[in-house]
Amino acid sequence: MVGVRVLPVGPRAVLLEVADVASAVALAAHCRAASWATEVVPAARTVLLDGLTVPPDRVAAALASWTPEAHAAAPGGLVELPVVLDGADLPDVARLWGCTRTEVVATLTATTFTSAFCGFAPGFSYLSGLPADRTVPRLPSPRPRVPAGSVALAGEWAGVYPTASPGGWRLVGRTDVTLWDADREPPALLAPGTRVRFVEA
Amino acid sequence: MGSSALRVAATGPSVLLQDLGRPGLAHLGVPRSGALDAPAAALARRLVGGAADDAVLEVLLGGLEVVLEADPGSGAWVAVTGAPCSVAVDGRAAPHGRAVWVPAGSRLVLGRPASGLRSYLAVDGGLPVAEVLGSRSSDTLAGVGPAPVRAGDRLPVGVRRGEPGNAEVPPARATGPLRLHPGPRSAWCEDPLAALTSGAWTVGADSDRVGLRLHGDPLARRRTEELPSEGMVLGAVQVPPDGQPVVFLADHPPTGGYPVVAVVEEADLWRCAQLRPGERVRFTRAR
Repeated sequence: MVGVRVLPVGPRAVLLEVADVASAVALAAHCRAASWATEVVPAARTVLLDGLTVPPDRVAAALASWTPEAHAAAPGGLVELPVVLDGADLPDVARLWGCTRTEVVATLTATTFTSAFCGFAPGFSYLSGLPADRTVPRLPSPRPRVPAGSVALAGEWAGVYPTASPGGWRLVGRTDVTLWDADREPPALLAPGTRVRFVEA
Repeated sequence: MGSSALRVAATGPSVLLQDLGRPGLAHLGVPRSGALDAPAAALARRLVGGAADDAVLEVLLGGLEVVLEADPGSGAWVAVTGAPCSVAVDGRAAPHGRAVWVPAGSRLVLGRPASGLRSYLAVDGGLPVAEVLGSRSSDTLAGVGPAPVRAGDRLPVGVRRGEPGNAEVPPARATGPLRLHPGPRSAWCEDPLAALTSGAWTVGADSDRVGLRLHGDPLARRRTEELPSEGMVLGAVQVPPDGQPVVFLADHPPTGGYPVVAVVEEADLWRCAQLRPGERVRFTRAR
């Protein structure tokens, strides 16, 4: 397949589609460095360039030969998050993964995650890096309130709730670290591209 | 000289501080926000001689009453634009769409507009409340920025920097169908531009600053699998599983998981801010 599919999004934006989340992370870093747009918004399989400062054809031409291998992103900064892995859904995750709770904890602490993109709430980072066979479905119905700092899993992702909110992810632990602070620069601790490790507190 | 302020005596359904919003932070999950009828807000600022990024009040369906607290003998230029509402200063009618002098201690009242939804009130020195992430806009989706304005609030008024611009001619306001550009996921519905431009759409009562929700003959989905979440633009026409399109406005989520089949021309988006529930909407293809 072509490295990057360029899809039109009205006159001032393009959506760049790639094969996987690692490519999206690398492409977002590439586009941000190129300063092609006001907004560079990575997601699971795409990068949105919104508020283009160059013509869309120029972006397409510049990316014609782009491959994630040739343009691997420099590894982002590493954040070690102290966590207590005692979440309410840990037994369910162990059952879904067909292993013990201890093995779930071992997998979570052995993985170096990458913040692929933010969504759902300011500073809520979708962390990629779990083994491909370690997915979990969302809860059938979301909890009305998940406390800030909750460490949780859904689909192929791990995440940490930056603020208390309703939520359908499966809770595996918690951290006391502040994930989102509008008065801090940068406000999001786990901005896209950041590498993350869970360390048992 | 003492500091001036607007003391809020009453509000209608919603009064929000808005400026140009927070572009550039979507990758952190922060909505862009900003005045929904941006041209009306810009006109109000120009009329009072304010700066382009001054905060204004976005007043939904009128009902705002404020008292200008300022040194005796002084006052402030204000202007009301957007949805055409009555404007009164101490009970005397004042014009909409013009700079109006409000003496210190006077009460300014905005009535319910005869048409449209959102009126904008600008004050000559701006409303310099604390910025959050570089903006004074209230975002209603994620709660970033100042809280909604309530009765009893005291909003600071900055120092006047310019002269009122009553030579300012309001820009022509386009009418006719909303213009549509192709979106990234057009192939996910059966000829969505044809369906959108031929259909008659009604504005839903659940429309808000996040999106204009439209009701009509549902768009037929060609692909029904789940789309991984992707970045969303202002004006994106998103089609949820029920086929009823939503036009994303300033407080839209930065990413979303329903296919975007079209994008509303940016110059037409102010009209989405002024359409009332029950009003009819038509689309046409942008040239």
